[in-house]
Amino acid sequence: MSAAAAGALHAPLRTRHDHQASPATREARWVRITLLTVSLGFFALFLLLPLVAVFAEALRKGWGVYFAALVEPDALSAIKLTLFAAAVSVPLNLLFGISAAWAIAKFQFPGKQFLITLIDLPFSVSPVVAGLVYVLVFGTQGWLGPWLQEHDLRIVFAVPGIVLATVFVTFPFVARELIPLMEAQGREEEEAAIVLGATGWQAFWRVTLPNVKWGLLYGVILCNARAMGEFGAVSVVSGHIRGMTNTLPLHVEILYNEYNFAAAFAVASLLALLALVTLALKTWVELKSGEHAS
Amino acid sequence: MSRSTLFAALAASHFLAAGALADTTLLNVSYDPTRELYQEFNAAFAKHWKAKTGETVTVRQSHGGAGKQARAVIDGLEADVVTLALAYDIDAIAEKAKLFPADWQKRLPHNASPYTSTIVFLVRKGNPKNIKDWNDLVKPGIGVITPNPKTSGGARWNYLAAWAYALKQPGGSDATAKDFVARLFANVPVLDSGARGSTTTFVERGIGDVLLAWENEAYLAVKELGPDKVEIVVPSLSILAEPPVTLVDKNADKHGTRKVAEAYLNHLYSEEGQDIAGKHYYRPIDKKVAAKYAKTFAPVKLITIDEVFGGWQKAQQAHFADGGSFDQIYKPGGK
Repeated sequence: MSAAAAGALHAPLRTRHDHQASPATREARWVRITLLTVSLGFFALFLLLPLVAVFAEALRKGWGVYFAALVEPDALSAIKLTLFAAAVSVPLNLLFGISAAWAIAKFQFPGKQFLITLIDLPFSVSPVVAGLVYVLVFGTQGWLGPWLQEHDLRIVFAVPGIVLATVFVTFPFVARELIPLMEAQGREEEEAAIVLGATGWQAFWRVTLPNVKWGLLYGVILCNARAMGEFGAVSVVSGHIRGMTNTLPLHVEILYNEYNFAAAFAVASLLALLALVTLALKTWVELKSGEHAS
Repeated sequence: MSRSTLFAALAASHFLAAGALADTTLLNVSYDPTRELYQEFNAAFAKHWKAKTGETVTVRQSHGGAGKQARAVIDGLEADVVTLALAYDIDAIAEKAKLFPADWQKRLPHNASPYTSTIVFLVRKGNPKNIKDWNDLVKPGIGVITPNPKTSGGARWNYLAAWAYALKQPGGSDATAKDFVARLFANVPVLDSGARGSTTTFVERGIGDVLLAWENEAYLAVKELGPDKVEIVVPSLSILAEPPVTLVDKNADKHGTRKVAEAYLNHLYSEEGQDIAGKHYYRPIDKKVAAKYAKTFAPVKLITIDEVFGGWQKAQQAHFADGGSFDQIYKPGGK
């Protein structure tokens, strides 16, 4: 604070000097403290407290009840189905995301803007609507219903429906991460590679992919988190058959509705743990890609 | 839990699932409050079937608001049997998806309802608002919790019970009944989509002074949450609720499960099935078993939907279809 006292004599000069040295902290002290308190308070109230509550509730009846809830057959089947849905939808999105981003960022073609808008559709549509659309198309009363019945194929209220709904809601993640990254990098490096005699595939594998790998990983992590946590769309197409078409988030709801609070929170804590792991991975990827860029 | 045990558990569950597929599997699509009942009944039936035929049968369950569940079966949820809250929702399946004949309710005894129930009040411990009967629910300042009659079967029974009570009062008419129910719903702060949602609203979230509930749901809440929190009040008059069951012929034939599905439903009428129903606070229709549980259930004057409303088709049209009496009286947010 001695600097402030000295600066008081040459007020205009001091302000200018402070502007240059640390422009972020020129607000009065009370403003800074208030802002910090408010944001930390919000953080504690809306993020930390619920997180603590999930684990506290889950462990209220002890570790025995906690683990029993996680290894119970219906819970295991929910874990399995959730992992399966993610294992199918993440690679699909990876494939689609890379090809869409590659096409959009490196080439000019008519309808490009339309394709970008289409990719964003799952973000702008409510997941419940997405689920209902699948029921309307694939349900027995739906457009393809009679044909599916004839061939004894089941889509909604079965595992394929759940996978479809998951793919739909996670559709934009990878493409959305890659498009700006690839656009920023431009085409020079690929063009150079081609000029030096690389084939298209070689240019893709040796030049394009290494350039976007961190963005790609980031997109995959977000996509995976959403795939495992999705509730709305999956709830509509699930049919809620215990041990068959219940994913983890749906299983939490069922347990809660059965007065089985400890078990509901135990399964919820599994999802919360997953979120924490995702967060850690995400931070790690951000750090790595930062290193890579510098 | 270490990674290897987790993987071992996953692998084991995979095997269990594969094993279960080889046996007969039935899917019972049911309404909200029957979760505990069918959990026990399914285990009992599997044992009974194994002893009788040597076959292993696994019964899978799906629960939700009765209207929503009927919709799912219509849209292709392949139930072998449905056990819903009221006949109208099962009629809807017969009518829209034509999965079984329209006269399904004549195929099993007692209107195809192996157990009955009624609507009672659940109040907070000590009954601080002194709620005794239906007319206490329309007093100002009373918070009444009930699910949405548009999606919940239980809520439709609640609605009709209140209507019937007003109708049976001296000078009662359709007009006074409509006014009575309108005043009651003005006291409803939140409409959940299913019976179980309303119970958690009342008990867990602590909203409202009285919950209109299935008798079995009310007893279960007292048992699960403790008699130190809530207690049951039985009104002077209520409605005889018959939650019916039926085989879904087309699905069962497709799965080749007709025989075991029929046996499953018939077992609900057996002494063991009736006893399990009684244990879960459903009123058994078998006289002998009913006598055993007579003490559990308070005597209450029960009217039937046929005598007061002329059956479900009529009641649904008059009260719950678009533009029916419920649409006319209910304004979201009360008042």
